[in-house]
This record gives sequence, structure tokens and C-alpha cells, in this order.
Amino acid sequence: MTTGMIGNPVLRVDGRAKVTGAARYAADFNQKNQLYAVIVGATVGLGRVTAIDVASVSRMPGVVAVISHLNAPKLAYGTHKGSIDPAVGERLHVLQDNQVRFFGQPIAVVVAESLDIAERAAAELKVSYSRQQPVIDPKDPKAQQVTPDPRGRVHADRSRGNADAAVASAPVKIDERYDTARENHNPMEPHATIAAWNGNRLTLWSKSQFVVNEQAEIAAIFGIPVQQVQVVCPFIGGAFGTSLRTWPHVTLAAIAARHVGRPVKLVLSRKQMFFTTGHRPRTLQRVALGATSDGKLVSLIQEANGETSRYEQFVEAVTSATNYMVSCPNVSTRYRLSPLDTSTPTYMRGPGEATNMFALECALDELSYKLGIDPIELRRRNEPTVDEETQKPFSSRSLMHCYTEGAERFGWARRDPKPRSMRDGRLLIGYGVASATYPVFYAPANALARLLPSGIVEVEAAASDMGPGTYTSMTQVAAETLGLPMDQVRFRLGYSVYPATPPHGGSMTMASVGSAVRAACIELRRLAEGAAVAAPQSPVFKASVEQLEWKQDRVYRRENAGSGISYREIGNRAGKPIEAQGSSDHDPELPKRYSMHAFGAAFIEVAVDPDVGTIRVRRTVGVYGAGRIINPFLARSQCIGGIVGGIGMALMESTALDPRDGRIVNAHMADYVVPVNLDISNIDVSFVEENDPHVNPLGVKGLGEIAIVGIAPAIANAVYHATGKRIRTLPIRIENMLSH
Amino acid sequence: MLPFSLERANSIEAAIAVAASGGRFIAGGTTLVDLMRDEVERPARLIDINSLPLEGIRVEGQELVIGALARMSEVAANADVRRHHPLIAESLIEGASPQIRNLASMGGNLLQRARCPYFRMLDAPCNKRTPNSGCSALHGLNAGSAILGTSDYCVATHPSDVAVALVALEATMRVRGPKSERTFPVEQLFRLPNDTPHLEHTILPSELIMDIRVPIGPRGQNARYLKVRDRASYEFALVSAAVALTQENGLLKHVRIAVGGVGTKPWRLQSCEAALIGKKLDRESIEQAAQLSLRGTRPLEHNHYKVDLLPRTIVRALEMAGGLS
Amino acid sequence: MAQSSKPAAVPAPASDVVSFIINGEPRELSLDPRQSLLDVLRERLDLTGTKKGCNQGACGACTILVNGKRILACLTLASMYSGARIETIEGLEKDGELHPLQRAFIEHDGLQCGFCTSGQIMSGLGCISEGHASSPQEIQYWMSGNICRCGAYPGIVAAVADAARRT
Repeated sequence: MTTGMIGNPVLRVDGRAKVTGAARYAADFNQKNQLYAVIVGATVGLGRVTAIDVASVSRMPGVVAVISHLNAPKLAYGTHKGSIDPAVGERLHVLQDNQVRFFGQPIAVVVAESLDIAERAAAELKVSYSRQQPVIDPKDPKAQQVTPDPRGRVHADRSRGNADAAVASAPVKIDERYDTARENHNPMEPHATIAAWNGNRLTLWSKSQFVVNEQAEIAAIFGIPVQQVQVVCPFIGGAFGTSLRTWPHVTLAAIAARHVGRPVKLVLSRKQMFFTTGHRPRTLQRVALGATSDGKLVSLIQEANGETSRYEQFVEAVTSATNYMVSCPNVSTRYRLSPLDTSTPTYMRGPGEATNMFALECALDELSYKLGIDPIELRRRNEPTVDEETQKPFSSRSLMHCYTEGAERFGWARRDPKPRSMRDGRLLIGYGVASATYPVFYAPANALARLLPSGIVEVEAAASDMGPGTYTSMTQVAAETLGLPMDQVRFRLGYSVYPATPPHGGSMTMASVGSAVRAACIELRRLAEGAAVAAPQSPVFKASVEQLEWKQDRVYRRENAGSGISYREIGNRAGKPIEAQGSSDHDPELPKRYSMHAFGAAFIEVAVDPDVGTIRVRRTVGVYGAGRIINPFLARSQCIGGIVGGIGMALMESTALDPRDGRIVNAHMADYVVPVNLDISNIDVSFVEENDPHVNPLGVKGLGEIAIVGIAPAIANAVYHATGKRIRTLPIRIENMLSH
Repeated sequence: MLPFSLERANSIEAAIAVAASGGRFIAGGTTLVDLMRDEVERPARLIDINSLPLEGIRVEGQELVIGALARMSEVAANADVRRHHPLIAESLIEGASPQIRNLASMGGNLLQRARCPYFRMLDAPCNKRTPNSGCSALHGLNAGSAILGTSDYCVATHPSDVAVALVALEATMRVRGPKSERTFPVEQLFRLPNDTPHLEHTILPSELIMDIRVPIGPRGQNARYLKVRDRASYEFALVSAAVALTQENGLLKHVRIAVGGVGTKPWRLQSCEAALIGKKLDRESIEQAAQLSLRGTRPLEHNHYKVDLLPRTIVRALEMAGGLS
Repeated sequence: MAQSSKPAAVPAPASDVVSFIINGEPRELSLDPRQSLLDVLRERLDLTGTKKGCNQGACGACTILVNGKRILACLTLASMYSGARIETIEGLEKDGELHPLQRAFIEHDGLQCGFCTSGQIMSGLGCISEGHASSPQEIQYWMSGNICRCGAYPGIVAAVADAARRT
């Protein structure tokens, strides 16, 4: 570790490609002789396809193929469960039968010479159905509630002490219900796949946060060896979880390309992105708190119901954080699922924790008013010293430090605790806080480092960069590990031929891939040393490893520092690339010894117009204890992005389904409202110094998810402080501000 | 999108002649192209009218004259518009994104079609799109629907912002058809849905909007547009209000109020206006008058909030125009 | 204004010959009149720097300059723009030198995933040339037609402000 690259606020290494339009996203890889495919979605919410009038559309000039369950190949659909797939249930099989499981489900794909012709033909295709009434609302009396299958990686029930009895006898209590909206990720880049077959080999230029999984899944679906599928995705135009799984359109593109024997480009329309690419599930929650009159929690109950599809059990950690956030002797959490006639939900930024903490942190805020105790002080009085669920120590926990730092930066002391007491002219001003947390995840990853004769080092991993700056941070890790300047290192990602990595999600890319890159570079340095001491003309010829010493990019004989040899010279003398493999070196015992999470505190100032009800977030202070920060410049951007996402979650975003047939009514960028530039002002992000030697060799905890967690409750709490209106439903909109 | 032919018109007469034989005018295209892509609009023959001499903005006597092909952005930036009718500039800037304002013409803005999600869904009933197929919004998700001027056939709102301002300013429009030219109040351009919601305008497809004419006077100086929405920009109004007024000896002399986001067309509120004439502009008189806006409102399952929001928006707009806010 | 629900007959797509000046270079091509400028750039000319984010006029990702003005390429019919001067993100770099606004986007980290960036930069050029970049608040107002789902707004505002000062 010699160049001090880690921790440097360096600019994005791929910035130039992105500001010149040179960065190529999936739909930008136009292929020679390419055709265009457009998906036809079901226009009923549940039922069967009874007829498709293929003939009239097939006759349209320029139409090459109409593929439906009537003529689609029966695919192998071999067993495949990626780490991001629900453990229980089976993924949607496309064009294999006539069943319609949800509105918008792909039932046919039209392939044509141009996009305009394909779109016209898809609109023209007449489909007949037998229809049934779908159930799409978890509050519908017909909706079932099921206990998640234990294979699903998330606990259904956990408890310690006797929470029900303790709440009943507590001097002060809160017992409230919360309702968070279904959301769609809506990244700017629509999902896209260009598929091209060459004999039995398939290349997919396809938007994916997990290219090796897409490769394996498509191979399983088509029943061909994994090596015959290649997935290419060097750039992702935002994803936030929606491109972790391989959705049906990828299979459809591959079916179409094989059917017509030409490359096929398939891009989802913005509307189609709402149907089959996952969504944050709506949750219905109950939180009950019992406390002593001096603010010590004696009981905590959190119950959550999440929506899922009929064919898969999507589970997320909607009650997990409840078990370790506060010190409390009696805790009970319960998690249930409502299988509905919709597509399967998926992970969306801060999955589980974002909705879990909305309910919990709003309830704590409610309790603080009931007790007359400052909300930060309330959390301080209930700050645990160990994870009381598992009795394990925290590897590090800086929550209170974040609050102290944040309160100072925000000016929390200026807050008059009385609701509706602070004004700016006619506007009602409110301050709110909430905690943020997210677990430290890790999964095995691999990387390859290659010293070229030119002295350039190439590092490769099948990782992804949806925006946080993987290209840059991995280049920093490699440069620092090798002692090279960053411009001597080329980091490449997004190809399934590269060494396998875990999904680009769960805030684990830095911990997992970063550790692998580091390991590969350590190994490359070892191989470079070997080459250096083996070359007769080398200044370190025949030196032993113990005699060697590196300074930046040169290795010296320790007692004869004058004449070393550089990577460039070593590479040059080798005359061919020197390659080193590396895998992340993670102690599997660590999670058994420590409770490992990032923590943060979010401070929000809102201004509410009491007459017309508009809510504006005027200031945000986010302070995070997230371990080591590899690149503070990009880390700040990432947190700002999470905060902006949290503002959308709190005040705007909601996917609306028509209960009559399950259609999504606002599947349009003008109707599914997300923040624009004018909505965002004054975001102050900072990190508390946190040296956590336990989490992983790099000491990083990850940032992508935690930045959104805590924003929505802090806003809801600020809205309450401003107006005296406690809104327990997300999003909080003007209409919620009007009634008295 | 269905195939069509496209021709460029070189004269007004030629454009009108083609329209009379079934052609459809296109200027900025921001509404038409979007709806053609969804196959809600299906013209077979398009007439590109952008070469026609209908662009200028000028003052003629006591009228501000805005050419039908003037772009929203040009009008908003025009010195005469800003001097005489800042309300028009304000409503335009609130009305769309800068990129759309550079494309969209004033004539096209007035003729933009209703905003209802079901209108765009070929697989959902919609009387406006397909007569007598039913109204999906009436018993569907209707948070954005209108509360004024609705019928059992249609509850869609008119989306234009500047049309609300023009109705408040009592603007007129000059329209030329194959045989004659006529001038009438902008307010009369819009039809109520009744049982024929597919008929939105009182002009024929062969009639070309030439210009929009706005009387110049002191009212233009005390005029404001307020647009209330969840997102700070680039969103259709939940409720909007355009207000223009004059005062004499501390009493209101003229008041014009029109509202958007709540009506099936830009909605003039003459009862509110009448209640204010001769009154002092204070919170009490404003609030009383604003309540009159609720006469005849017909809220649906999800848009009751508009009944709350409408008078509040009018109150605030009046305060802004009157310098109270 | 009545809409027929009866599908129209589907003739073979007509073809219009259209010429543009794209990033200073004259181009002539024959087009299906249905094609938008966006699809012509991306699918016919392989100028894929301009992005299709929504194809609904509701996100700003496809912003380009036509005759010097920022517009949404998705809401156009390319055939109506014969003779137009079109500038896209690919035309900004001159002799290997980034445009000051491109540099500013990198220096202020006005991007994350990069997908909206071309549209943001082209819109930023319009914002500056229109004279709407004198304060951060003004820039926010006049740049709100470009959605950035990664939430890079503060960096975008800083970049436009910086480039406006320099130009």
C-alpha cells in the first residue's frame, strides 16, 4: 500500500466516456443485419389466452415473425436459482403455455425489419382471452396471507421476552399501522437485450447487474452449456435492483433471435418496465412500542405484510433491523406474505430496511412526542451495546456518533420541539430525524490481473457499475495494491467471460469484488517479483523474496536500492502478459462472531405550505458510519443519490393498480412521479471516521442502500413537526396535507 | 404508430384545402406524435404547417397578437408579452419543460388533448377515444380526474396551463376555414364532454388557428398564475389558478379567475368574480368568494382532495395578484 | 376529432428522402416518415450517445439541439426536420478537447450511471445559451426537464453554473 490511492477523492475514470456519449449501454450495441422485437403484453389481469390472430399480422410488410405459445419452442427451463432469485417458487416461463398470471405478462413477441413496423404489428395483434378477476390489493378480503417458507432466507417470526404482555403493561405506548406504496425502480435506461446466435452459441448485449447469473440462467432455460452463452454489459444506465434478476424479456430476445436466425434487438418500453421487471412490494405494517415514562423501551413489536406473486415468494428484510436497532428486553417481529395476481417483486434500493425503518423510525418519533423527550435523546437512551438478538458484539456501530455530528451540522438545537411551532413567513417548518442501517454483505468474488509488456495492468472481473463508480474504485484498489498510478491500470467489468463475482447489489460490490481485485493484484505482484528475479539482466536477478522491497512501481534489492526494476520493465522483458488470479479472502467465521451493519442518521428540514399543502425538502444532512470510504468524492455522490431516491419514496412514488383488472394506471414517466432538479436542494453528506478491521480486508461496509434508508421516516417526522399531521402512509402528498 | 403521408404546406390556403380533404395539421407535434405513437391518434395524412407565416408576436392597437405557430418558449421570452401580460409568460414557463416549450406551438397547446391515463390505453374503454366504449376513469383510478364539467361519459381534465391564463384574460382567437375566417373567445374553443367527449373543440379539422389576441389593459399588470403539484416542476397541475384584477379606491373593480386541473376544459369562475367586485381585497372576502368555486363540483372516489384544494388555490392566487402574499 | 377504433389498412411504409446537417456533416437518408429524430440518430446513424429514456417526452434523456435550440428528439418526426442543423453529444468534443460543460460534468460529478448525461449536457448548453444559468436556483428551474434517477442533481447544477461562468 504505497500510493495512497484508497481514500482519495479522484474523478470517475469512465467520466470521459459518459460525457461524450461513447459509453455503450445494452441498446447501443447495434448489430449488423439486426431485427427489432416488440413484446405483446396481456390485457387481462388473470386468465387464459384463447386465440391469437397471427395471420393478419404476419402478412404485414416487414414483419418477420410472430412468436407466441402457439409456435414458441418448448424450452428446457432447467433448474437455476441465482442468489438473487426467490428461493421458493419458480420463475415465469415465457410463451410456454396459455396462462395469464398478471396484467402485462408477455404473451407474444413480434419481430420486424424496423422498430416502427414491429411496434405497429404488436399493436395490431388481436388476442382473445378468457378472463378471471385478479386479486391485486393485499387489503382485499380475498387476499391470502401466508407465512414465508423457511427456505426463503428471511425469518418469519422472531421474539425475545414477552412483547405482547410488556406492551400491555407499559406506562407509555404506541400502537400504529403503516402502509408503504409499491414502487418501481424506473432507472433512466430501459431494460434492453440484443441477442445474436452463432450456431449454438449465444451472445447477449443485455442490461444486467449480474452478468454471470444471466449467463447461467439463459443457459439453463435453453438447456445449453454455460460456456455457450456470453453476456456483455459494460455500462448500466441505473438499475437500483431491477436488473439483478434475469427477467422474461431476455429469454424472449433469445427465442426471437433463434427463430429468425438474425440478431434481434428488444428494448422494453417505459410502460412495459412496470410489468415484468420487479418492483418494491407494498407493505402493511404494525409497530407497537412500550416504554417507561423516562423513555426506556420495554417492548417492541413489528409486524409486516409484504406482497408477492402467486408463483414465487419474494422475501426481504422488512423486520430484521428491528431486532438490533434498539435495546429492548421484549421484542417480537412477524413477517407474512400476500400472494397476489401480479408479477414477482424484487429488491429495490435498501430492500426491506427502507420500509422496515419507515415504520420503526416513525413509531419512535411518535413515542418521543408522547414522552416529551427529544427524538435523538430517546434513541440515545435505547442505544444497545451489543446486538441483543444474537448477543454478538457489533463489528462497529457509530449511530450515536452520526447523530452527534449530524445534530451539529444541521443545527438541531434550533428546533422548537412543539409541532407547528416553527415558521418561515407563511410556511410551516419542520425538523425530523431518523436512523439508517443496512447489513454488511459479502459474497465470494474473483478477479484477474494481467501485466502487459507495455507495463499497463489490466484487471478484469464480471462485476457491474450501475453508477456508484465501480470502475473508479476498483482502479483505485488495484493501483494502490500494485503501487501504480491510476492511469497505468485498466479495470474492466461487465463481461461474463471475466472471473465471476456476486451480484452488483446489496452494497457488497466494494467488499466482495474489491477484496478479489486486491488479492489478484497481490498475486500479480508476487508473479512479477518471480519474473524479475528470474531474468538474468534484471537488477534483482536471483534475489530472494525477503531481499525484495517495492517502492511505488519498482522493486528493489533491499540492500542495493539504487537499481530496481519497474512493472513496465518486467512486463517488457517477459514479452507476454503475466496473469494472476485472485479471490476474495474472507473469513467465513466472521459473521458468526460479529453483528455487522452500517449505520447513519438523516436530518431533514421540510417547508409545508399550510394553505395549498405543498411539501418541499429544504435541507438534508446525512451522516454515515460505513467503514472505510474508498473514494469520498464518489461516495458523497452515491449518498446524495440515495437521499434523492428517499425524497421520491417519501413524497412522490407510488405504482397504482386498477383493482378491476390489475392494470398499472400510471406506467408513464409523467405519471409515476420522481424528483426533478428543482425538488432537490442543500444536501450535506458526511462520513464519520470508522475503522472496522472485522468486516473485510478493505474495511468497507457499502453505501448504496443505506443512503435511502431513513430518509422517508425523517421526512414524515419533519412533516409531523411542521404541521402536527402524522401521516403513516407513503407517499405523503399534498392531498394528505389538506384535511384537518 | 400507423403509417401516414407527410406533406409540407407552403401557403395557408393550401394547408386548409388539404385539411378540408382529410389532412391533419401538425406543428410542434409534442402532443400529436406522442399520441400517434400510442395509436390513440391515427391520422393518415399530415400537413406540416411550420412554414406558414403564423409566427410573429406583436402589439396591434389595444391587442397583443400571438401567432399560432409561435413557440411556447418564444412567447414566454417575448418583451411585449412580458410587459403587457406577464401572466401568459408565467403560465407558459410553468407549463412544460424547456425542451417541450421550444417545440410546442401556441395553437397546438390550445388543441392538446385531454389528460387521462385510460385515454392512452387502447385496451381500456374510453368514450373520448372510442365513442360509446365507456369511461374507465369514472369508477377506476381517478385521482387526476376533473371535478367540474364532467359527465358520465368523461371526466378527463384539460391539461393546458396557458389556456387557463388566456381564458382569464378573455383572449380571443382568429381561425380560418375553407370559406371564411372568424374570431371568438378562447373560452369558446372548448366543448364540455356531455355525451360526446370525443368532440373536444368547436373548430373543424379544416379550420386553422391563425393567432391569439389578448386585450391589453391594467388587468394584465395584476395577474398571477399559481400551479399546485406534488413535484416542483415538470408535472401537470393538481389544481392551478390564473387571476387578473384591478382595484380602484381600495376596492376590486375587475376580477377574472380561471382554473386548471379541475375542469374538463379551462374553467372560468364567473360566480367567484362577481362576488368580489366592489369588495375590499382581504382574506375574508377572498375566502368567501373562493368557496363559490365549489358550486357544481362532482368529485369522484379518489379526487375529493381537489375540492379542498381548489378554493385554497384560488385564495392564494388572488392574494398573489393583489399583492397580499 | 373522432377516433376510429377500426384498424387502418397497413400500406407499405412510405419513404421520404431527408437531409440534415448532423454535427457539422451533411447527411442524406431515406426515411419511414414515422421515424423520430431519436430513432434516426440511434438506429440509422449509430449515433447512440443520445438516449431513449421514456419515448414519451417525459424524461429529457433524448435532448439534442436543433437549429441551436434544445428539444426532445423523441417527440419529433424526423421527416419534418429536413435541412435542420442538428447537434448531438458526439459533436461536442473538438480535436480531442472536451467542451467546457463536458469537463465540468466530470469535475463536479454531475453524473452517476451516465445514461441521462448526454441529455443533461445538451440541455445544459441550451440553458446557458438561453441565459438561464445565472444562479443555482435558476439552473434548477431551467434544468428540471431532465430527470436523473441516480439523483446527481447538485453536481449537474454545479457543472452548468461552472461552465456558464467560463463561457
